[in-house]
Amino acid sequence: MLETIVNNLSNILPEVIVTATLCIVLLYHLIDRKNTQMLMVLSVAGLVGAFYVLTENIGINSTAFSGMLSIDPFAIFFKILIVFATIVVVLMSRFSDEVNAEHKTIGEYYFLLLSMCLGMMFMVGSSNLLMMYLTLEMSSLSSYVASGFTRKAKDSSEASLKYLLYGAFSSGVMLYGISIVYGLTGTLDIAGINRVLMQGSSGQLALIVASIFILVGFGYKISAVPFHFWTPDVYEGAPTTITAFLSVASKAAGFAMMMRAFKVMFIDSSVMNLPAGTWTLISGVHIQNALMILSVLTMTLGNLVALWQDNVKRMLAYSSIAQAGYMLLGLVVLSNDGFSAVMVYFVVYLFMNLGAFYVVMLIANKLNSEHIDDYKGLGKRSPLLSVTLAVFLVSLTGLPPTAGFIGKWMIFLSLINAKMITIALIGVLNSVVSLYYYVRIIRNMFLREEQTVSAVQFNFPLAQKILLISLLVPTLYFGLFFNQLVEFAQLSVQMFGVK
Amino acid sequence: MELNILNIGILTWLTFLPVIGMIIVLLLPKEQKTAIRWTSLVFTLLQVVLAFLLFAKFDRTLAGVNSADTMQFKEVFNWINVKSTGWFGSIKIDYFLGIDGISMPMVFLTAIISCIAVISSWTIEKSLKGYFALLLLLDTGMMGVFVSLDFFLFYIFWEVMLLPMYFLIGVWGGPRREYAAIKFFLYTLLGSVLLLLAMLALYFSVTIIDPASGEKIHTFNMLAMMNPANYDAGSILAGTSTSWRYLAYIAVFIGFAIKVPIFPFHTWLPDAHVEAPTAISVILAGVLLKMGTYGLLRIGFPIFPDAAMHYLYPLAFLGFVNIIYGAFCAMAQKDFKKLIAYSSVSHMGIVILGIASMNTQGMLGGMLQMFNHGTITAMLFLIVGVIYDRTHTRGLDDFGGLMNKMPKYSGIMVIAFFAAIGLPGMSGFISEAFSFLGAFQTFRWLTMASAFGIVLTAGYMLWTLQRVFLGTLPEKWNELTDINSRELIMLVPLAIIVIVLGLYPNLMLDVMNTSANTLVDFVKGSAGAALVH
Repeated sequence: MLETIVNNLSNILPEVIVTATLCIVLLYHLIDRKNTQMLMVLSVAGLVGAFYVLTENIGINSTAFSGMLSIDPFAIFFKILIVFATIVVVLMSRFSDEVNAEHKTIGEYYFLLLSMCLGMMFMVGSSNLLMMYLTLEMSSLSSYVASGFTRKAKDSSEASLKYLLYGAFSSGVMLYGISIVYGLTGTLDIAGINRVLMQGSSGQLALIVASIFILVGFGYKISAVPFHFWTPDVYEGAPTTITAFLSVASKAAGFAMMMRAFKVMFIDSSVMNLPAGTWTLISGVHIQNALMILSVLTMTLGNLVALWQDNVKRMLAYSSIAQAGYMLLGLVVLSNDGFSAVMVYFVVYLFMNLGAFYVVMLIANKLNSEHIDDYKGLGKRSPLLSVTLAVFLVSLTGLPPTAGFIGKWMIFLSLINAKMITIALIGVLNSVVSLYYYVRIIRNMFLREEQTVSAVQFNFPLAQKILLISLLVPTLYFGLFFNQLVEFAQLSVQMFGVK
Repeated sequence: MELNILNIGILTWLTFLPVIGMIIVLLLPKEQKTAIRWTSLVFTLLQVVLAFLLFAKFDRTLAGVNSADTMQFKEVFNWINVKSTGWFGSIKIDYFLGIDGISMPMVFLTAIISCIAVISSWTIEKSLKGYFALLLLLDTGMMGVFVSLDFFLFYIFWEVMLLPMYFLIGVWGGPRREYAAIKFFLYTLLGSVLLLLAMLALYFSVTIIDPASGEKIHTFNMLAMMNPANYDAGSILAGTSTSWRYLAYIAVFIGFAIKVPIFPFHTWLPDAHVEAPTAISVILAGVLLKMGTYGLLRIGFPIFPDAAMHYLYPLAFLGFVNIIYGAFCAMAQKDFKKLIAYSSVSHMGIVILGIASMNTQGMLGGMLQMFNHGTITAMLFLIVGVIYDRTHTRGLDDFGGLMNKMPKYSGIMVIAFFAAIGLPGMSGFISEAFSFLGAFQTFRWLTMASAFGIVLTAGYMLWTLQRVFLGTLPEKWNELTDINSRELIMLVPLAIIVIVLGLYPNLMLDVMNTSANTLVDFVKGSAGAALVH
């Protein structure tokens, strides 16, 4: 037993590195409470190490810990994404006044961030329902604490509590669903469940109920409507860095886990006459329709409610709900190109969404406000910030020549390929609606004059500018040259154990 | 036919010269106002020089339209090449530029109008740097639309224009600029997402053999989309006259109709025009509206000949509505600029009627009208701009008796107005006559009814002339100065084009003729072949 565990450790070397890093970070803060910069350096060093090992592991397709974890291209793709997002967020945190104000507990902050990252890295690989539940909880627990990190801010504690209550409830429901599945199939291994379901099961109704219960857990993690109620409050209340992290990495991990569970558990591998790269679900599983409804609801509600928001962080919260809706479309098509489209979208989304939150954070550092009215006249006061924010917002809308267009384009490409025209139409009309609220921010920045002239100077250290530019460049570059991105995503759709 | 400068094709130069200009403008410090203005002017002037070169070297005997061999100044490079994965074919997108008789006049028009827009923007003071940078970016977008033969590339350029236009109206526009700008943005985006869906549906329906590797690939090549043989059996847009094809055509049509704008998608136009600064109105009316009709000619008709023929009568009817409705609206306006905006709606109706006739005369007339309307309306908007700069009002009733006060201005204005009315000897006459002549053979009653629009046009145009120039000069305008030399520099070239093309239309018809004929034959032929099946 011990031998197996030790042998398997090499498979999860990146996770081991992150674990070691988070221990070191916590200990270092106990020893040296002054040098907060060192915490950032240590975290980034550990994450870069994990990142390097992950890139070396591209192409591995195996499993570890007796089928508990899959180490396959799909998992590695998302791990790379999550680790990269963590690096960006760690750097962002270093520049955040809000976070640095809590200098006494800053060690815990980095610790929480890294443990969120660790939980998510396990999430994307788990191929056992119990493992899924545990890793989901692991990342969630750190998220609850992290979103309440700024103790003095009232809305931060409120966010944390709300997040916890919703999280506890939905993971409870999910656990109940898992127990029903176990009762039906006698196994928790998702590939094993698939084998049992393929033999034709009784208890159709129980299966439907169970899959919907499990969907609640996933839906909560990716904040799909109607499981999204925590999102706006948490996103608004949490420190901007944590919000950015939740909106990208947490969502990515949730999606990855959901995609894997959805495909591996319910694929009907006996149907052979389908075009390459597409599959069908076991008859009696109606989860495709459920997802379709979920995605339409998610993007429509996200977009419509975002129209009325005056707090930019809250608006971006609703926007990220809507973005999740577009990505869900890629799951509905039941094909590899749908999955790879979601993956491309996530890479693009990482840059543009982290970028947008980063600018919002920099502005809040100076203005101490996230209200849209305070953005008036920003175009004149800080051309750098407002132009980059405009690019990120245009990219979120999905207009060429930004990367956001390529993300949407890939999604719609897969929908049209599957001849789902109506859904595609709803999707594109939604992106027209979304234009209106993204442009509201752009309008305030460039078309309106500031009402009260304040003396705030928008000067930034070079390091902050470099991070900004390094998020901006990919947002523009992938809009015109997306060869490698799409190829990488397409190579990474492969999951262990399914064709 | 190829033409390279420094080993880079002339069409790439034409398209990306403004971007170079934009980068230089952005690098200049914002206090260097003169340098910014001159940089923009130099780059747009270079574009005009290249456009003249192109016009001179253009082989008038080659048709283009659906054949890659007779497209001129072609440039093809592989741009995106995503390797095949076994379950998803490789994605290949070419940087494919080329022009034929349909796009040549538009390229020429874009170059000239952009240059004139820069001259007309000389007096802009507010955030000058941003203004010219956006103007130049807009220029690239417009040029790119007219030269690209790959649908994906076309779409990128098509969308690149939106944001600069939004800012140009929204920042430098009139009192209701925010409303006008976002309305323009939302309308156009709505059209383009429909275009996007149609594009993707076409992509999955068309398969060609990749010349490089020999494998079968999907393509965004517009010319390949025009060949029915390239459509996969069983794909969504395969066959002819299927409901999917009709739907796709309608999606494409709405995408372009919003830009033209065709009734009932026209409501953004008066707002955008009234609020936009003069130079932007000039570009909007002079070039952007033509993109709609150009899109129909380049994509709508030849890719969906069956659907185009099927919906020919509704199209002509919409043209008729545009002509009459636009004219009546124009007649009711008290705002000079709004009047010109509605006259644009009316005149674009003539283009629609002309190209819907689906015969040589009508097609030629429609295409020529696209060019002529570009020059004439540009003049009209500039004229409004001239008077607005001096008086800060556009109310038609505020003027009167300007003829004596501003004789040179009046002379130019009379030329523009008579050209818009379609007086013989001016360019407008030839294209309108051709359009109606062609349309009369296809839609007899509709054309007769539409021709009534000419009377209406004469009515509101002459009435405007009367209100502005005749009568007594109000006291308050005693200090008005006549048109200055900068304004003459931007108006006179257009006036010359208008008169020269009125007297010798062959100069332009010659360029279009072969392509127009081929387009008509091709659309009718393909649709005819469909009927035989």
